[in-house]
Amino acid sequence: MSTQSLQTSLPLESVPRRSGFPMHIAVFLAPAVIVYSVFSIYPLIDTIRLSFYAGDQAGIRHFVGWGNFRTLLADPAWSGQFWNALRNNLVFFAIHMVVQNGIGLGLAMLLSLPRLTGGSVYRTLIFLPTMLSVVIIGFIWQLILNPLWGIAPSLLKAVGLGSLFGPWLGQESTALVTISLISVWQFVGIPMMLIYAALINIPDDLLDAATVDGAGPFSVFWFVRLPLILPTLGVVSILTFVANFNAFDLIYAVKGALAGPNFSTDILGTFFYRTFFGYQLQVGSPTMGATVATAMLVVILIGVMIYLFGVQRRLQRHTF
Amino acid sequence: MNRSIRPGRIAVHLALVLYTVIAIGPILLIVINSFKTRRAIFADPLGFPDARTFTTIGFDQVFAKSDFGLYFFNSLTVTIVSLALIVLIGAMAAWALTEYRFPGNTILTLYLAIGIMVPIRLGSVSILRMMVELNLVNTLTALILVYVAQGLPLAILILGEFIQQIPKDLRDAARCDGVSEYRIFASIILPLIRPAIATVAVFTMVPIWNDLWFPLILSPGDGKQTITLGVQQFIGQYVTDWNAVLASLTLAIAPVLVLYVFFSRYLVRGLTAGAVK
Repeated sequence: MSTQSLQTSLPLESVPRRSGFPMHIAVFLAPAVIVYSVFSIYPLIDTIRLSFYAGDQAGIRHFVGWGNFRTLLADPAWSGQFWNALRNNLVFFAIHMVVQNGIGLGLAMLLSLPRLTGGSVYRTLIFLPTMLSVVIIGFIWQLILNPLWGIAPSLLKAVGLGSLFGPWLGQESTALVTISLISVWQFVGIPMMLIYAALINIPDDLLDAATVDGAGPFSVFWFVRLPLILPTLGVVSILTFVANFNAFDLIYAVKGALAGPNFSTDILGTFFYRTFFGYQLQVGSPTMGATVATAMLVVILIGVMIYLFGVQRRLQRHTF
Repeated sequence: MNRSIRPGRIAVHLALVLYTVIAIGPILLIVINSFKTRRAIFADPLGFPDARTFTTIGFDQVFAKSDFGLYFFNSLTVTIVSLALIVLIGAMAAWALTEYRFPGNTILTLYLAIGIMVPIRLGSVSILRMMVELNLVNTLTALILVYVAQGLPLAILILGEFIQQIPKDLRDAARCDGVSEYRIFASIILPLIRPAIATVAVFTMVPIWNDLWFPLILSPGDGKQTITLGVQQFIGQYVTDWNAVLASLTLAIAPVLVLYVFFSRYLVRGLTAGAVK
């Protein structure tokens, strides 16, 4: 359509330039394509390239093939940290999938009830933490959970759970779960909003028809609404996945680059930062940093591929 | 479902109010306590400041001991300039991709969409190397370039969907009058996409304003810190000064809160219109 109108309205211009690329299109595209290619795509490709090199003392880089990856995955000095970070990251992701998306779904269900008063006020307020910096959120919770201040223990005592309190952020056994839950608390608004939007887009006729056919609220949810919002749940899952395997700020703010205690909160993002910049006695290594980044890229791409080819296709077939 | 039962409704509101308190309680707690004396912070953390306990000593300390105003200005500069560039060159690209059919259009569209899923952060090693070579370390320019590259993919997607909805008559009429393609874009399309700009703004501004990673890597010092990094460094230094810590957190929260009050409408609309579909 658009090209037709272009050609009919500009016959004189389009004929002589037929073979070449139209100038104005190039002008419109150039700035975006150049900035994006130079500062986003090129660094990603160059990072992958760097992961196959190693630098010596003089700073001269030489090709080492898969050497860095062998070091990362099999050398005891590296692999322990890498697998630990990957495992922690999977726990971090699992908690988000279950708790964050579960609460998000629940809130969206409540908010999508017909003729709910004050719905937009609830939505706006519950979404608020998502807008704040992860760093600020990290510090806020660090203060609240700080036994010195005593807010958390006294609140727990008020509801009769005082004995449960402990230095959750400081214990190796609870630190990762606590940090995950802080992140869940912050980002619950995103699945809530996306699922809410999907739920209110379901035509009322469908729900009414099911009710007329004798379906109770539970069957309506399970057999009508849930299948219809599955594509949105897929989008929420992949967004959660990419965000989680790219996370860094919260753990850096609360626990520093060492992701303590004893690396129990170390995830791939903090591991990448330490490898790249070094810490304490270990010197940072750009090439090993690039190797970790490439490994993260592979993990994220595997997730995205599973979503695109495994989940998304099947879901769309089911919907309409 | 429509035979709504009253007691059920009360339970629904109870659940929602409870969660709302969980969501904003911690933030309110920080803001309230930042205006209280140290003694009151510990003695009565849940109380509002009154005439006896009210103080702004924390804020005075923050302003005395750190360049908070400067950090704020840095963040503002980076965010506004990045946003302006993202909207302008993103709209140009989105217009070219949706309006003209040319060889490679689909491939270019896909190429530009890679950045939605693949985080630019993973290229940090090369980005830092490049910024060192370009002599841009510890400058706001480095941050702006990276953020523009990071924000473009989503902006092009959102703006492209919006441009598609603009009726074709307007531009065809202009073409018949011999108006150049550049003028059509500048005087017809740009003014018409203003509503979409608000959506792009909330989606790009918030991650830029809040980012810690790139300021930490690309401009960690020399008075080029953004507010997020500045607060992080400040708290690291004055961790035991509760008044100052609470005040610095409140100062970091405040601008986002103000912005949210004005923009939440667009954000909710953007999210619910399926901009991320």
